[in-house]
Amino acid sequence: MEPLLQVDQLTVGYQSTLGIYEVVRNVTFEIAPGQIFGVVGESGSGKSTLALAIMRYLPVGGLIRNGTINFEGRDLSQIDLEEMRRIWGADLGLVPQDPLSALNPSIRVGEQIAEVLRRHRGMQDAEASALSMAWMEKVRLHEPGRVAHSYPHQLSGGMQQRVMIAMALCTEPKLLMLDEPTTNLDATTQATILDLLCELMEVHHTAAMYITHNLGVVAQICSELAVLYAGEIVERGPTQQLFHDPLHPYTRGLLDSVPRLGRTKRQVRVQAIQGRIPSVEALPTGCIFRQRCPLAIEICEEPPPLFMNTGRRESRCHRWEEIASGELDASQGASPIRPFKIPPPDEQPTLLVENLRVQFERSQNLIDRIRHRAGGSIKAVNHVGFDIHPGETLGLVGESGSGKTTTARAILGLIRPEEGKIHLQGQQVALKLAERTLDIRRLAQMVFQNLNEAFNPYMTIGEALSRPLIRLVGLPPDQVRQEVYRLLESVQLPAHYAERFPGSLSGGERQRVAIARAFASSPALLLADEAVSALDVSVQAAILNLLGELQAESGSATLFISHDLAAVGYIADRVAVIYLGQLMELARSEDLFQPPYHPYTEALLSAIPLVDPDAEKEHIRLSGDIPALTEVQAGCPFESRCPRRIGEICRDVPPPWQEGDRGMKIFCHIPIAELETQQARVFQFSDKGAPEA
Amino acid sequence: MLVVLKSLYRSRASAFGTSIVLLFALLALIAPWVAPYEVNQQILEDARQAPSSRHIFGTDHLGRDVFSRVLLGAAQVLILAGSGTFLAVVSGTSLGLLTGYRGGWLDDFFMRLFDSLLAIPALLLALLFLGMAGPSRQSVLLVIVIVYTPIVARVVRSVVLSIKTKSFIDAARLQGETTARILFREILPSAIPALAVEASLRFSYAIFLISSLGFLGLGVQPPNPDWGLMVKEARAFVSQAPWAMYYPAAAIATIVIGVNLMADGLRKALQVSSDLHG
Amino acid sequence: MTRFLTRRLLFLGLTLVITSIIIFSVTQLLPGDVARVILGREAGEEALQSLRLELGLNDPALTQYTRWLGNFISGDWGTSYSTRQPVFDVVAQRLRNSLMLSGVILVLSVPTAILLGVLAGFKRETWIDHSISIGSLAVVGLPEFVTGLVLIELLAFRLGIFPANSSIRVTAGFWESLPMLILPAITATLVLLAYIARLTRAGVIEELGQPYVRTAVLKGLSNAEITFKHVLRNALMPTVTVVAISFGWMLSGLIVIENVFNYPGLGRLLVFAIDRRDLPMLQAIGMVTVLGYTVANLIADLLYTALNPRIRLE
Repeated sequence: MEPLLQVDQLTVGYQSTLGIYEVVRNVTFEIAPGQIFGVVGESGSGKSTLALAIMRYLPVGGLIRNGTINFEGRDLSQIDLEEMRRIWGADLGLVPQDPLSALNPSIRVGEQIAEVLRRHRGMQDAEASALSMAWMEKVRLHEPGRVAHSYPHQLSGGMQQRVMIAMALCTEPKLLMLDEPTTNLDATTQATILDLLCELMEVHHTAAMYITHNLGVVAQICSELAVLYAGEIVERGPTQQLFHDPLHPYTRGLLDSVPRLGRTKRQVRVQAIQGRIPSVEALPTGCIFRQRCPLAIEICEEPPPLFMNTGRRESRCHRWEEIASGELDASQGASPIRPFKIPPPDEQPTLLVENLRVQFERSQNLIDRIRHRAGGSIKAVNHVGFDIHPGETLGLVGESGSGKTTTARAILGLIRPEEGKIHLQGQQVALKLAERTLDIRRLAQMVFQNLNEAFNPYMTIGEALSRPLIRLVGLPPDQVRQEVYRLLESVQLPAHYAERFPGSLSGGERQRVAIARAFASSPALLLADEAVSALDVSVQAAILNLLGELQAESGSATLFISHDLAAVGYIADRVAVIYLGQLMELARSEDLFQPPYHPYTEALLSAIPLVDPDAEKEHIRLSGDIPALTEVQAGCPFESRCPRRIGEICRDVPPPWQEGDRGMKIFCHIPIAELETQQARVFQFSDKGAPEA
Repeated sequence: MLVVLKSLYRSRASAFGTSIVLLFALLALIAPWVAPYEVNQQILEDARQAPSSRHIFGTDHLGRDVFSRVLLGAAQVLILAGSGTFLAVVSGTSLGLLTGYRGGWLDDFFMRLFDSLLAIPALLLALLFLGMAGPSRQSVLLVIVIVYTPIVARVVRSVVLSIKTKSFIDAARLQGETTARILFREILPSAIPALAVEASLRFSYAIFLISSLGFLGLGVQPPNPDWGLMVKEARAFVSQAPWAMYYPAAAIATIVIGVNLMADGLRKALQVSSDLHG
Repeated sequence: MTRFLTRRLLFLGLTLVITSIIIFSVTQLLPGDVARVILGREAGEEALQSLRLELGLNDPALTQYTRWLGNFISGDWGTSYSTRQPVFDVVAQRLRNSLMLSGVILVLSVPTAILLGVLAGFKRETWIDHSISIGSLAVVGLPEFVTGLVLIELLAFRLGIFPANSSIRVTAGFWESLPMLILPAITATLVLLAYIARLTRAGVIEELGQPYVRTAVLKGLSNAEITFKHVLRNALMPTVTVVAISFGWMLSGLIVIENVFNYPGLGRLLVFAIDRRDLPMLQAIGMVTVLGYTVANLIADLLYTALNPRIRLE
């Protein structure tokens, strides 16, 4: 079949004051009509630039240096702006990552869809708005009439993305550019949006280029994919083959660095790729991956061509044949799998949280306060209780608004809970931070979520690390410097990093320093809030392992907070699932991934795209988006979306905590025994899919 | 400091502005030595003389040398505007840090007060105050501080509000840092760029205010060589001695433009968002 | 909407109360002895004492303030110390003149400034932008008396287009006064122009960088649709607030301009009243100006809220 899009030797550069940097080089691939083609890459790989270049929409300074972009028989790189305007929106659509900023904030969404139809279909007002309504129905927006008259900020993230999809698809374009369209969405919403996209594209025979860093998503929806690294395609091929037998060490490294759902750190160790992606200003000669490659040999100093095997597979590795024949295993160069030694839980927990309740007052202004009007409160965290033992990691997993971070902040005293008891090493501590002594504060430390805000930009790493040593440990000034170096070494950073400012560090390095800072006072409890979420997968693995190792050495208890169930399942010994401020389930990591589950856990597991194109999965989808905290009723907060809802009782009566085997607890009205008979295992990896324990 | 100066010279406009400011500062510094005449020295037979080699800017109706007075006036206005700005920045920064970090009733109180102060046009407030307290250099200084403290405080406060929710502040609190250290070591450095830009803008407005007050006869009093005052005095004789009016006016215009160009360069160099409020 | 409005009005009331306290304290409490201010240096102690009694100056400050505020609200603004006329009438007359001038200034400056700002924003980093930006930087901080005097020299003395002096009759009608209003209006316009244009430019540039502009382009919309329908709608919203803020600027500027051009407005009355230490007059001018400024801000706020769907009305 004639390909729809044929990109040949595309090279894209940016003009800077120092010269032209080529951020995408010699990229060649094609997309057939109706095909979903995946482009996988970490940050800095040039994947967004590639998409924008194909769409001929490069920012100021960006230019196509070489190559052709053949789209339906025309070379887009040669077309003028007026002709592009006829293609944009008609034959070529874009669904970007962040729908809220991509929609015009002051135009009603119905009109934003209708204007495309008027422009490209020559429709009049009435016809265009009728069709835009029809499309809103097709993307399953309920009450399209009401939605059409809304402004973007009045819709939830999932609804906004549905609007973007309707806008892109309503002219039935031949090709869609999907640039991380579900990355900012919650897992359960992501699953429904992906289903919708696939279904609509199949019906309308739309092809797509799907750009993402998420290996799970491409495994689920793409028939073929390319792996982009530092501006070059290092490997390309049909998805299944590429996942099962990667022909490039980088692809192998990526696959080995992702935690697989349901596999713990005791079973299989995720492998980090050493080093970091080269910047465009300092690209290595020869193979672009050479400096980080465990298989690099002399020949790799020559730039490798794109090798092609008999199937539709390409690899930019000199040693691809050795890899293909099984002589070489790209994983072998990395350190061997080694289980962590964790001291057995003893009697007294390091942290005991009882009945923790946090409310947020709705913002009150001066006049409200003068008039003594209650602003109304939102229950952010509701009667949460758990314990963590020395050396143990408890994972706290939940979607946005579930109260994960709030729980951690309340434990540390950074916000004041309404009620609840917090015990650290058997000692009840004050709820207010100001009332906690320095000795108490040193017991619990935190690794913060936002990497860019974790350090004072005007303070050197050395000073940042020295503060807890001075304040909390009370180290004499002459020993501080030495201890700072030791801390840096413990997170595998050279001593001269002490002189650097946080802005000059990569995300992974910053996270290492954050971990060093948290461990500086040798805390008994470490709280890690989304410690790996902002990092690229290959860096993620290194940080996960570092956390595990440091914990094994120090024997500290850890509360590991994340929205990523696979990462939580990997690092944690036990997992707590939280939804809208309410704990839903508590179970050992090995048990969480098999029935019986809480219905919410079950849905969450089904929603996660598995890094295995052949995995079998139960299809459970939740209706609607996560409700606002204000809408939660007296009963179970999951009641409004629960596929196993049994009746009014779920809405009106708080469910009981049912205890199952091995300390498992479920917050549900359905008896555990009944759940066990109804539920099947949600997912099953194919045998070849992932490395076995 | 040197880095900032260097970046100011990167664009032509801000290099020009910075040079003007530096030149005026230099002239003000050496004025007492280079001014050819005493500030109030009256040479009555030379009154209303057009610019010549003896009096390069001419003389005014009282026979005073305009060049000497403009030069000595530079020292006066720069010191007054500079110290007024400095005091306003110090008090505004302290109040902004405190109200922004503490929040609560303290914040409410000062914000209401500042809003109200800012609801009174600056010149009106200054005039009412000076009219009642009596015009003098001290009153002018006080007026500058009163009028600009709320503006500086609001700038600093908005920085504090955006910084105090960041996790490095949480980290500092967890490490048991004192409030003073959090305010001055953790938060203040982030406010410095905005503060530098604001201070240079305030400096320009202070010159503006001082000379406007002088022109209305309610600021610095005669026989001080205040530029605004010189313009006012010379205006009555503008048909006979226009130079006595235009040279001080030109001096005001030049320094104000210089400071503005410099402030704009500073804003770009420090990447502070464009906001000229107040 | 009603809740929003009541809240805004309550805040406005609070601001007015605080400003009235400030104005009252500065004028009534600061001079020390108001009686001596009125009667002059030579007055005997007896006369002073009786005047103090008559004016209630021996009462506690709070009593004096509430009495003063009560009178002010009920329209009794007192009698001028210097002219012996009712303050209300004089201020009302001069206010009319100042408003007349402000009207001309706003009509001249706002549309031009927005046009220039939009132009500079869209033609960013071109010679158009550079000349508008540098030009506005050059005039933005110039004292009005400097620009005013230069304009008088150029347009009145050299070219003779406009009269140099704007001392109209206090009660002159608008069309009669208009020729005399032009020059002072141009003076104020220069400063406002620069200010509004710069912020409009910043607004346009910020909006142009928003991802929704990319969406609009990649929908294949025409340049006109992208500019007018998508960008300007958002970019011009903050301009409403900017105009309100510049209204406050203009009020300050008017004080100087009216004195440069001898225009009988509130600004000239203010300087006159300060010279004479005419306290009731000063207080009235202060209150009227603040009222005008806060009301302008309120209107801007309401307009902005009405225009911007992102601000939810509780």
